[in-house]
Amino acid sequence: MKTKSNLERVLNAGYFAVTAEVGPPQSADPEVIRKKAKLLSGYVDGFNVTDGQTAVVRMASWAACLIGKEFGLDPIVQMTCRDRNRIALQMDILGIAALGINNVLCLTGDHPKFGNHPHAKGVYDIDSVQLIKIVKDMRDEKKFQNGEPIPYEPRLFIGAAENPFADPFEFRVLRLKKKIEAGADFIQTQIIYNVPKFKEWMKRVCDLGLHEKVKIIAGVSPLKSVGAAKYMKTKIPGMDVPDEIITRLQGVPKDQVPKEGIRICVDIINELKEVKGVAGVHIMAIEWEETVPEIVEAANLYPRPKF
Amino acid sequence: MLISKQKPLEEIMEYIEGEKKVFLVGCKGCAEGWESGGEREILEMKKKLEEKGKIVTGHVVVDMLCDKALSAIKLKNFKKKIDEADSLIVFTDGAGVQVVAELVKKMVHPGCNTISSGGAHAEWKGAERCMECGNCVLEYTGGLCPIARCSKHILNGPCGGSQYGKCEVDETIPCVWHLIYERLKEIGRLDKMEMFVAPKDWSLSLIAGPPVKRF
Repeated sequence: MKTKSNLERVLNAGYFAVTAEVGPPQSADPEVIRKKAKLLSGYVDGFNVTDGQTAVVRMASWAACLIGKEFGLDPIVQMTCRDRNRIALQMDILGIAALGINNVLCLTGDHPKFGNHPHAKGVYDIDSVQLIKIVKDMRDEKKFQNGEPIPYEPRLFIGAAENPFADPFEFRVLRLKKKIEAGADFIQTQIIYNVPKFKEWMKRVCDLGLHEKVKIIAGVSPLKSVGAAKYMKTKIPGMDVPDEIITRLQGVPKDQVPKEGIRICVDIINELKEVKGVAGVHIMAIEWEETVPEIVEAANLYPRPKF
Repeated sequence: MLISKQKPLEEIMEYIEGEKKVFLVGCKGCAEGWESGGEREILEMKKKLEEKGKIVTGHVVVDMLCDKALSAIKLKNFKKKIDEADSLIVFTDGAGVQVVAELVKKMVHPGCNTISSGGAHAEWKGAERCMECGNCVLEYTGGLCPIARCSKHILNGPCGGSQYGKCEVDETIPCVWHLIYERLKEIGRLDKMEMFVAPKDWSLSLIAGPPVKRF
């Protein structure tokens, strides 16, 4: 064990892990997070809080993570390079470790153009791969990015994202390899709807033996409506929503669409469980967190292991 | 006038490690003016590289390297000597390096760092190609600049938003990392992209450094 992370323990013990994503509020209201955290308690091994997802100003990931921690949940702080340079990022890494957070997910971050402050200057002093290496060096080499020693190192379980559906497809596995070499302990993937394409990617991952070096947690998300599916297909960069998914949602009466969306999600999880190298699922029920317990139970992933 | 300064010889030697024969390219425009890649500097560099055991198959100093049409004609005259070489080293600003990379299907090493535009830009029409970051990374990217052309200035790209060869921020912009991938694949140097590129020294950049021209 490199850390005190519950997620690390679950993965190391060989359980099929379950994590979920929580969107923080566009306000200072802690009750929003408390409500969502209560829902997830007992159903997940760790929960992410996004860091200004789509470049919209929201409660800081670390702060919302601390609130969620009150409910016995293991938080995964998301950290993007969009808004902070290497100085600020390292300060936050020290800070979250000191606050008893055990997991960090290193991301480059959505461009400011997509958000509600499109005129902001994107920082991008470093990229996600470099951030992974910085956290790893802080933890294992006890060194800051500038090489100076750290007397009390941050012990964080290091996560990274990868998108099997982005281009160039052939390079995606090599980029995953780069992230592993930089120090990633676990990977949470982009939301998967195109399972055959994901399987092809996983095959390449396994061919290189990468599934033995990193824990791959496959991203899933229940669709609430046909409109949401179409929006994801056309408007979200790097998403791959096959027509069959949309057809399946269109094939049920309108009031049954959310239920069908959940069923599709459960079906995908069940398929992913059988894919070699997949160590867990990450449920991104965007502003629909209340469906997570139902999904976890329907996919026979409840109860979660206790140590 | 683009102001460039030669990279340290040790850095250039690292770039061409494992290569025997090189072809040198200079420019009679800004690079000659700033003594980073005119006729005299190219001949000096040729001597230094030969002392280090490298074979210089030839060299050319183009009038305005950032003028792609003119450079295409000039480089054509040296086709045989360029073909003979393992790679090219270009001693001028980032725009010039990128012109050569577009013209030649071989590894193109940057020999200089671009310090400043001195208030003007290169002759290359249609797109901004060099942001005078002062710490040229074209070595790792097949001669296509991720500082000028990637929305997130990523050095270990492409990010997860790149699809169908387009940038997620604006679909009229090509994803430069996709272009870098295709270019490196074409010249058989994908190893450059698999390498970890360390955090960049931004202190030399006009965006992040002090607001002075360093020359």
